[in-house]
Amino acid sequence: MDKDINISVKVWRQRGPKEKGQFETYQLKNINQGTSFLEMLDILNEQLINEGKEPIVFDHDCREGICGMCSLYVNGHAHGPATGATTCQLYMRRFHDGETITIEPWRSAGFPIIRDLMVDRYAYDKIIQAGGFVSVNTGGVPDANSIAIPRDDAEMAMDAAACIGCGACAAACKNGSAMLFVSAKVSQLALLPQGKIEASRRAKAMVAKMDELGFGNCTNTRACEMECPKNISVSNIARMNREFIWAKLKD
Amino acid sequence: MTEINSKIPQGPLAEKWSNYKAHQKLVNPANKRRLDVIVVGTGLAGASAAASLAEMGFNVLNFCIQDSPRRAHSIAAQGGINAAKNYQNDGDSVYRLFYDTIKGGDYRAREANVYRLAEVSNSIIDQCVAQGVPFAREYGGLLDNRSFGGAQVSRTFYARGQTGQQLLLGAYSALSRQIGLGKVKMYTRHEMLDVVKIDGRARGIIARNLITGKVERFAAHAVVVATGGYVNTFFLSTNAMASNGSAAWQCYKKGAYFANPCMVQIHPTCVPVHGDYQSKLTLMSESLRNDGRIWVPKKLEDAKALQAGTKKGKDIPEADRDYYLERRYPAFGNLVPRDVASRAAKERCDAGFGVNNTGLAVFLDFSDAINRLGKEVVKAKYGNLFDMYEEITNDDPYETPMMIYPALHYSMGGLWVDYELMTSIPGLFAIGEANFSDHGANRLGASALMQGLADGYFVLPYTIQNYLSDQIQVPRFSTDLPEFAEAEKAINARIAKLMGIQGKESVDSIHKKLGHIMWEHIGMARDAKGLEEAIQMLKDLKKEFWTNVHIPGKGDDLNVELEKALRLADFIEIGTLMAHDALDRAESCGGHFRTEHQTEEGEALRHDDKFMYVSCWEYQGEDKDPVMLKEDLNYEFVVPQTRNYKK
Amino acid sequence: MWLLNSSIGKKLIMSISGIFLILFLLFHMSMNVAAVFSGAAYDAICAFLGANWYAVAATMVLAAGFIIHIIYAFILTLQNRKARGNDRYAINARPKGVEWASQNMLVLGIIVILFLVLHFTQFWYNMMFAELMGHHEVMLGDGTVASPQSGATFINYYFKGNILITVLYLIWYVALWFHLTHGFWSAIHTLGWNNTIWMSRWECISKIFATVVCAIFAIITIIFYLNGVGGC
Repeated sequence: MDKDINISVKVWRQRGPKEKGQFETYQLKNINQGTSFLEMLDILNEQLINEGKEPIVFDHDCREGICGMCSLYVNGHAHGPATGATTCQLYMRRFHDGETITIEPWRSAGFPIIRDLMVDRYAYDKIIQAGGFVSVNTGGVPDANSIAIPRDDAEMAMDAAACIGCGACAAACKNGSAMLFVSAKVSQLALLPQGKIEASRRAKAMVAKMDELGFGNCTNTRACEMECPKNISVSNIARMNREFIWAKLKD
Repeated sequence: MTEINSKIPQGPLAEKWSNYKAHQKLVNPANKRRLDVIVVGTGLAGASAAASLAEMGFNVLNFCIQDSPRRAHSIAAQGGINAAKNYQNDGDSVYRLFYDTIKGGDYRAREANVYRLAEVSNSIIDQCVAQGVPFAREYGGLLDNRSFGGAQVSRTFYARGQTGQQLLLGAYSALSRQIGLGKVKMYTRHEMLDVVKIDGRARGIIARNLITGKVERFAAHAVVVATGGYVNTFFLSTNAMASNGSAAWQCYKKGAYFANPCMVQIHPTCVPVHGDYQSKLTLMSESLRNDGRIWVPKKLEDAKALQAGTKKGKDIPEADRDYYLERRYPAFGNLVPRDVASRAAKERCDAGFGVNNTGLAVFLDFSDAINRLGKEVVKAKYGNLFDMYEEITNDDPYETPMMIYPALHYSMGGLWVDYELMTSIPGLFAIGEANFSDHGANRLGASALMQGLADGYFVLPYTIQNYLSDQIQVPRFSTDLPEFAEAEKAINARIAKLMGIQGKESVDSIHKKLGHIMWEHIGMARDAKGLEEAIQMLKDLKKEFWTNVHIPGKGDDLNVELEKALRLADFIEIGTLMAHDALDRAESCGGHFRTEHQTEEGEALRHDDKFMYVSCWEYQGEDKDPVMLKEDLNYEFVVPQTRNYKK
Repeated sequence: MWLLNSSIGKKLIMSISGIFLILFLLFHMSMNVAAVFSGAAYDAICAFLGANWYAVAATMVLAAGFIIHIIYAFILTLQNRKARGNDRYAINARPKGVEWASQNMLVLGIIVILFLVLHFTQFWYNMMFAELMGHHEVMLGDGTVASPQSGATFINYYFKGNILITVLYLIWYVALWFHLTHGFWSAIHTLGWNNTIWMSRWECISKIFATVVCAIFAIITIIFYLNGVGGC
């Protein structure tokens, strides 16, 4: 059964991108273990507001692990200690009475801090804008069943497409590399006949944009894969390397 | 009294849309470049519309409140998207999809709109596949389908339990392409706070930059609102935390009619409420009803034992289980439409048969499916949902039956639009869940994705041209015009007023009170007395909010509490309008259930003679009761019947 | 040039230079195996690889491989540190499934280089370098005079009964082992020659390969310590 626990929460507070941040520690009493992690932060914020302090700013939206808006580095793990789950899917059952929980924002040059735990992840959108699409306009497309796609290919594409763009991969990577995110999109579209046509162009454009935005170089530590809330595989990175090297050799 | 003109084209049902397209006015490519369109929202409707308009050559300004357009709440839709492809050769057709949707909506939707929706549904699937959406496929390589509530054919296309995500990412990729090409200017973390009218036409918006806190002005030739629904009025719902009705509400306050506000959908399969601190409710996909069987105990003492925790679901023998949906609705069984399933669950729980500690839950049991198909098959189909459920509740659904309860999910009501998706303000369009849409009084599963994308890809990009064709001579507007200045001033005054209250209560605590009033009085079952009480209670709550809310921080800075307060101020008013509408509609239909109007068996009782209309509410000013106009629904092609899911 | 500008290009250079160094390691290992059985055979190889144009050319290529690998390691690490941003995580746990070696390749590489310096002063400096300088005799610390082509003499001199050097070499192999366990499959992965099925296979092959190579080097070193060249 879920119990009530008392915890300390050590949170990174930072007013703005240029200002210096520091940790603040707060005490929380009688938190039911059936509470979600973000609800625990809601309770903390309610407490701070009642004390006349400013609440902690953090990103969150759907709270069911699909929108990719929530982030947070909890006790040294992107999206906290649970595997295959986002921070919003984390429950207080994972923590014990008396524990100090350290909460930090994503720290990566590609994701500047906006305030407290909120970071700017628009860089990921820019990478998609550089080529993460199939160049078709609305209308004038063939019937959906006109091209049969092997089920395994469709499933593999779906595995890659499950990426929610939360940024955990770059945040967890010691190199601040966005390769897992980029490769997931490159892979998804390269695996499908619809996307294959411009696969080379896409791989080159997306990698170039990723490099331009200052993300680091992949050294295959696999930390991204291990911390990814959607278990996106680094085999996508191998596929992207293949696509990219092949595209460049063709040129 | 103003005449409501829905501009439905003449001709036979199946030809209306083709006729419209054949005769509508278009804008030539050179002129498209000179026209700006604001699209607010980046969900399925907003992103697809913004992308499609930009592809055609219009300049698009696109807004979203999240940090990225990819995060709009359409992403959370799980089950699937309907289309009348008839790939399964099970007798589906455009007409059947149209008919199921009209019937599912309890005959409160426009025939012409719904037919158009069914007609373009097939193009949506084609479009998404072309974009690289990885729909589920069979071993032969062709697309797979599954069945969904309210239909007797398999017409739902899906991508695991993440169909909404994949469709949205498809639309987002199309949108991203246009942003990259410079045809769409994207404004993230911007919240629309007002629509600006010049000479009676919508010509721009006022939006708050959520990072800097600055109120900014944007002008365009037309404004499209795709800001989703308003069920977060109830505080607890399956909507995302930031989903809100404010953009639509501001349009209403500027003169756009708000249609059928009382029609909201309560989804039957959600994880039950577990505590006061709860921030939102989690939906478990409706697809679970394909293989899961819903039941409560037959005996009251078993229910009592379950509530006390002395018994578990699996302790109750088969003979003592009441599969009430299969019992009451033999033809559709566990696959009855959502409103029916929700109400049936409430009925059993109200009678004392609830199965969790609060008495507000029923079982969704997979033991039959596991025995029949094997655990591996069930795992492959629903594994991620089961894992999600276990993480939330700490119960293993492979071992003990899941517990579910209905929760607020979708609003069928919204901004009134004509056949062209234009609101009653010229130049202001509403698409997706934000409009009162094609779902009548109840939406069928897997139809929201269909409608959002239909509006955005295939309807609005046509109909908006009919409006814009005579705007080509109109030069771009300056945001220095007095109308913009005035609107901005009003917004700043509103923010200053909120910041000046400095009361005692947090925004969330007042929102919870609102949610409580809504759930108790304007929830799954409503009656005249309760609604009248609710109107009074909401009046008091509004006063409480405006005198006692506490917002820390500053107005011209990043301020999440202020964002929430601005939304809550509107939610309270939306709730009030819902109560007015629910009170007016003295019948039961779809998601709107008035306890005074039910059959002897407890089914919804419509009064087609009196309520065969769309209620269109017109704003009259602060603290004045709104006025209702009626758009009569003339069923030319379908004969309204009592919905029957029994046989 | 994409090889130099793009992140994947730079990684490709690391990968290919790494694979090249692995091949060299295999070659060097076979030489050592020869020394275990026969000092004369080893000396013959040493003579063959002395100051001949082909040996010098091969050495230059090899050196280039090393230098590129090392320079790129530093360039990439510096870039990666920059990409990490200014603030570091206060708590950063290594996720389950992430090898320690993979996150410490630079450190391991530096250890490997330091030992390489030792190795060079002992062998290459006295052998090929001495020959290039035109010396036909080299005087060792204890006064022994040897031909720069007689590798066996050097081995005996440095290893036989010398516990310190032996232990240092064994430490070197441990660092090398760590470096190889990640480096091998990572190089393959960077080339794109990987997928979900081969992922664990390559990692396994990588471990086996590193273990075999390092074990053989270590055994040979111990034999040298105990019995000197031709000890078997």
